Amino acid sequence: MSQTAILFQDVNYSADDLKILKNINGYFPEGKIATIVGPSGAGKSTLFKLCNGLRSPDSGEILIKGKPIINFHPVELRRKVGIALQSATMISGSVLENLELPLRLQGKTIDIEFAKELLHDVGLDGDFLMRNAKELSGGQQQKLSIARTLVNQPEVLLLDEITSSLDRVSQHDIEELIEKINEKYGTTMIWITHNLEQALRIGQYTWVMMNGELIESGESSLLRNPQDKRVQEFVKGEIV
Amino acid sequence: MSYLALSLTLIFVLIPLVLSRTLRLGLEKDTLIATVRSIIQLLAVGYVLQYVFEADNIIFLLLMILLMIGAATQNARKKGASIRGITWKLFITFVFIEALTQSILLGFSIVPPTPQYIIPISGMVIGNSMVLGILFLNRFTAEIENRQDETELILTLGGTPKQAIHTQLITSIKASTIPTIESQKTIGLVQLPGMMSGQIIAGADPVQAVQFQLLILFILLTTAVVTSIMLGFLSYPTLFNKRMQFLKIR
Ligand SMILES: Nc1ncnc2c1ncn2[C@@H]1O[C@H](COP(=O)(O)OP(=O)(O)OP(=O)(O)O)[C@@H](O)[C@H]1O
Ligand SMILES: [Mg+2]
Repeated sequence: MSQTAILFQDVNYSADDLKILKNINGYFPEGKIATIVGPSGAGKSTLFKLCNGLRSPDSGEILIKGKPIINFHPVELRRKVGIALQSATMISGSVLENLELPLRLQGKTIDIEFAKELLHDVGLDGDFLMRNAKELSGGQQQKLSIARTLVNQPEVLLLDEITSSLDRVSQHDIEELIEKINEKYGTTMIWITHNLEQALRIGQYTWVMMNGELIESGESSLLRNPQDKRVQEFVKGEIV
Repeated sequence: MSYLALSLTLIFVLIPLVLSRTLRLGLEKDTLIATVRSIIQLLAVGYVLQYVFEADNIIFLLLMILLMIGAATQNARKKGASIRGITWKLFITFVFIEALTQSILLGFSIVPPTPQYIIPISGMVIGNSMVLGILFLNRFTAEIENRQDETELILTLGGTPKQAIHTQLITSIKASTIPTIESQKTIGLVQLPGMMSGQIIAGADPVQAVQFQLLILFILLTTAVVTSIMLGFLSYPTLFNKRMQFLKIR
């Protein structure tokens, strides 16, 4: 088995007396691209928030490269484990201000050439820098959100449905970008996707979550012939 | 004013009552309650003031101020019910504002240290501080709610709670203090301030009335800005826990 980037041990999480994550045991391999698939409301986004310290588990432990999450300073953890949020939220202001945000939070400024390069990497034109970020299309905001998360140069990158509102071509470009970063920096990628074809295409490892539970995990090929009845039902008709 | 004249002022209560009745505005009940309450409350205050002025005892004075602060806290806390511990935060803010303004006024002998000055000025300071508190809390809770995503975004990127709430905090402080500042720009041009009008009607020299009004206006500027800032900085930490997680507001 390769090194483990994130390890979950008996992790439970609930909010408002609602059990959202139930006894999660599993891991994500270091330096690889892994995917999480599962129906809406399975608890996928919540799992990410636990990894990045936005929420804490009620019980159980999460280890990042062997070190329990509680032993990290929250700020350090969040820079190490970055999330591109599902909502691709923009702050008011220009594209540049959004890109610069992670650095501004540390009292630094961004180099314009670096900003343009990042935009280019995610498939946005350099002249976008001065545009109002809130007026970009949903897909453009997703691209910007990815670029913004990259600014912190995280060791683990959590991508929450980052291509859900992109056309096929842009989707493909982002997949290539993520693969490129993964190869170049050895960044561990965990990618939540609704698209099982995408999971098979880009991920070496996968988790299938349903109803707050981790049902199956392993090599992505498990999606082709799952063991669990519920997973069989879920993948039926999705993979050709 | 004679009691007959005072009774005749009730005509001004009858007008809205009649209008409300004819146009079915449904304001009768509230108008009546407001009228009765204002009569009782003001008369009671009048007698209490008379007593406190005559007694000239610091204990009564402090009790009176405490009562005002208590009432203001009680009134404003509902607006900030979603913020943990808002009651004592408001209380501390009002106490601080009162202490700050009075120590400047009395410390520099700007006004004489008698209940005749201290009580009315305290009333205006605490009353305005209360209104500002309500304006601020209204806006701040709305900003927190509407911009939860931004707060969470900044936290995920490794920002501190203060950075995550900064825009909401500044927007709310500005929005709540702007009316005070703006209204002072046109004061005297459109309407004469209530206190000054009262003094002039009671026979005071208009220039002296203006001097006191200016004093009050400047105090109210401090009151407005300090109230919002203080409440803001007391409130925002309770929105987060030690792990720098944004707590869902109740
Ligand atoms: N703060 C919260 N308070 C209460 N319930 C919550 C909270 N956050 C999430 N939930 C609930 O937890 C469950 C899992 O939500 P989550 O967003 O993790 O699902 P998901 O798998 O990412 O779904 P989707 O694919 O639609 O994004 C849902 O039922 C959701 O309503
Ligand atoms: Mg989700």
